[in-house]
Amino acid sequence: MNIAVAVDDEVRYEARLSASEAGPAAKRIVVGYGFWVFLLSDIVMFAAIFAAYAVLAHATAGGPSGMQLFNQRSVAIETGCLLASSYTCGMMSLAISSRRYAVTYLAALITFVLGAAFLALELREFAGMIAIGAGPQRSAFLSAFFTLVGCHGLHVTAGLVWMAVMMAQLAIKGLSATVERRLLCFSLFWHALDIVWVWLFTVVYLMGVVS
Amino acid sequence: MTDTQYDRAPGDASALPDMERGTSSGVLVYTIGLALALLLTALSFWVANTSLLWAPGISLGLTVLAIAQMGIHLVFFLHITTGPDNTNNVMALAFGVLIVILVVVGSLLIMADLNDNMMPTAEIMNLHMQR
Repeated sequence: MNIAVAVDDEVRYEARLSASEAGPAAKRIVVGYGFWVFLLSDIVMFAAIFAAYAVLAHATAGGPSGMQLFNQRSVAIETGCLLASSYTCGMMSLAISSRRYAVTYLAALITFVLGAAFLALELREFAGMIAIGAGPQRSAFLSAFFTLVGCHGLHVTAGLVWMAVMMAQLAIKGLSATVERRLLCFSLFWHALDIVWVWLFTVVYLMGVVS
Repeated sequence: MTDTQYDRAPGDASALPDMERGTSSGVLVYTIGLALALLLTALSFWVANTSLLWAPGISLGLTVLAIAQMGIHLVFFLHITTGPDNTNNVMALAFGVLIVILVVVGSLLIMADLNDNMMPTAEIMNLHMQR
């Protein structure tokens, strides 16, 4: 008993060497860091589009303004969809780390459905705006709006495709280390999209209705 | 002898041996994150629609709520921690935030300044105030 504890302590001590003594980091950590740098570069790109939108937000050129166009109820539902899908994506990560396949597939399916529901609501909103003549060519404000919200929508679409591909890989290859790392990157991507959406509904929809 | 633990996120396997890898605690972390995010979102929508608050302060309030919710997402969903495995991620995040602030605040300042100094005859060029 005592020996076991001593060995356990030794293992723990070995594991807690400082970063400079511990040797190269595990591949999972290196991959996560690399993908995190990509995500940050993506967020910097979004920052440029956000800046363009903020500059052009009042340049409606006599056309409809955000206050007339935005439907807060549908934005609230879209936000709920994305938040819930982030949560189920987290459940998927937990199921993967404890090797529960059925839960993984179920969580991925719910995440996919919620993401698709978000996308459908957004497309319906776009179609409604274009139908009343408030398309991207109407004013600088609407050009910036469609660029910003559309860019986020494209990212969500890419995320849905990526998730479908990952589920196919999981079914064919099983839960190998490579697939697990890819799924880690996917969940980072999905959660980062949620952060972009938080800024989007705050800056575009809520501030657009306020001012 | 105090037993200091590395600050590890759930589902965050690392070079360290698997000590406590409880799924239930992971579910708890995500659930807390979801509850806080929903609370802040509801608060944002309330702030935007209420007439109780001082109108010019609403934009600032919404910004603060968005920053808070971003923090919730980073900690509870993206698992940015203070652990040694995460040092590089935190440094990259700090740099990213710096660039984002420079781009957004810089653009707004420059464009507002440009509009202030625009010749009165050049109304057509004034994108910011064009209505």
